[in-house]
Amino acid sequence: MKQPLNLNINGENRLMLVEPYYSLLDCLRDDAQLTGAKKGCDEGDCGACTVLMDGKPVTSCLVLAHSAHDSAITTIEGLADVDGLSPVQKAFVEHGGLQCGFCIPGLIMSATGFLQENPNPTEEDVRFAIGGNLCRCTGYARVVEAVMAAAQEIRETS
Amino acid sequence: MARFDYLEPHSLDEALGMLEKHGARARLVAGSTDFLVRWRTGVWRPEIVVCMQHVPGLDGLQFNDDDGLSIGAMVTVQDIEQNDIVRTRYPALAAGATAFAGVQVRNLATAVGNVCNASPAGDTLPALLAYDAQCRIVNSNGERWAPLTEVFVGPGQTAVGAGEIMTELRLPTPPPNSGGLYIKHSPRGAMDISAVGAASVMSLASDGTCASVRIALGAVAPTPIRAFGAEGRLIGQVPTDENIAESARLAAQSSRPIADVRSGAEYRREIAQVLTERTLRHAALTALGDVPDFDDVRRLAVQTAW
Repeated sequence: MKQPLNLNINGENRLMLVEPYYSLLDCLRDDAQLTGAKKGCDEGDCGACTVLMDGKPVTSCLVLAHSAHDSAITTIEGLADVDGLSPVQKAFVEHGGLQCGFCIPGLIMSATGFLQENPNPTEEDVRFAIGGNLCRCTGYARVVEAVMAAAQEIRETS
Repeated sequence: MARFDYLEPHSLDEALGMLEKHGARARLVAGSTDFLVRWRTGVWRPEIVVCMQHVPGLDGLQFNDDDGLSIGAMVTVQDIEQNDIVRTRYPALAAGATAFAGVQVRNLATAVGNVCNASPAGDTLPALLAYDAQCRIVNSNGERWAPLTEVFVGPGQTAVGAGEIMTELRLPTPPPNSGGLYIKHSPRGAMDISAVGAASVMSLASDGTCASVRIALGAVAPTPIRAFGAEGRLIGQVPTDENIAESARLAAQSSRPIADVRSGAEYRREIAQVLTERTLRHAALTALGDVPDFDDVRRLAVQTAW
């Protein structure tokens, strides 16, 4: 039976009725109507469902929705603000860091979490940080360029 | 689709009570990363999930010279990978942690969960064996300690009984002049399951002979295993190329690999020998030298098939 669950999503408290066996991904997509995080493999291998929990990237398909009530959850929908796209989002657009786009919300969330920890990465660091995100268009080169550019932008504006 | 109810204890006693009440109908989860995959594929079908994430006091990762390293049940693989003391004092464990899945899974998965799920291929497990981990297991009568070597009893099977909870791993302080490394061999560099994993930890005496060594292998037997015969070949010897090669050969002999989608059995045995040799050489080289840069450890920790 569905149980009440209060989740902090993108800075907003959302009270929802959620099945006890739902993953955070299912809860975000079905109950919170936030479909930015994608269901690729549903077994933690592809990274398309990546969101931030307390700033750390996690595969939301492997999180029990009801276990997440103490965490601040950030999805791709929460990155842009009144000033527009986040530096990582902007860099993906400017560098053409996408093809079909399915993996991009996950990649952007991984990159966002990573750059908060390490705003001065090498290209090797970036490739390690996005190792858990699969792009089946195999468009990694421009993704890496975009993350490096976003890092520079973040360093220059902070 | 199977369904389950979610229970969230807020103390160890409450968790033990839930296990006692619901028995075999309940399953304990920590990071839930293995659980949700196996539940969706129908391998595990509990009626009740008892989630340990909100039990206080299980997230400690602490070191002191007397007690060694204490890893609480909710310490994530990423906590371990990022920890400076682990990187300097327990380098093989840091290597196992960095070889584990990808960052999004490392941020959820726990080392104790990796132990309790007892996959022969678990990437933290060879290093935990090589550091002689002891497991704290609590039950309604109190607690007991079990060496990790005795906890693994089969693929996915442990000596943790019904109504018991593993709450902590304790890794004794490595002797002075120690080095170590874990290497994982897999087709992909991230998010893959080991075809073979090997960990070696060695300490050297002042005359350059091997004072202690532990070698552990993953994915080449029904459980992660210690290669005791290979260790015996090195103790008291100078770790020359020849001695290391002979020890690695014995380690591969002690493996009992299967053939599956990731590797044939003979290939696994061959790779076990190669990885053991590489980890032993690295352990011997770093035992007396400076702590290697962690970026280098990260590069060494995963060696892919192509």
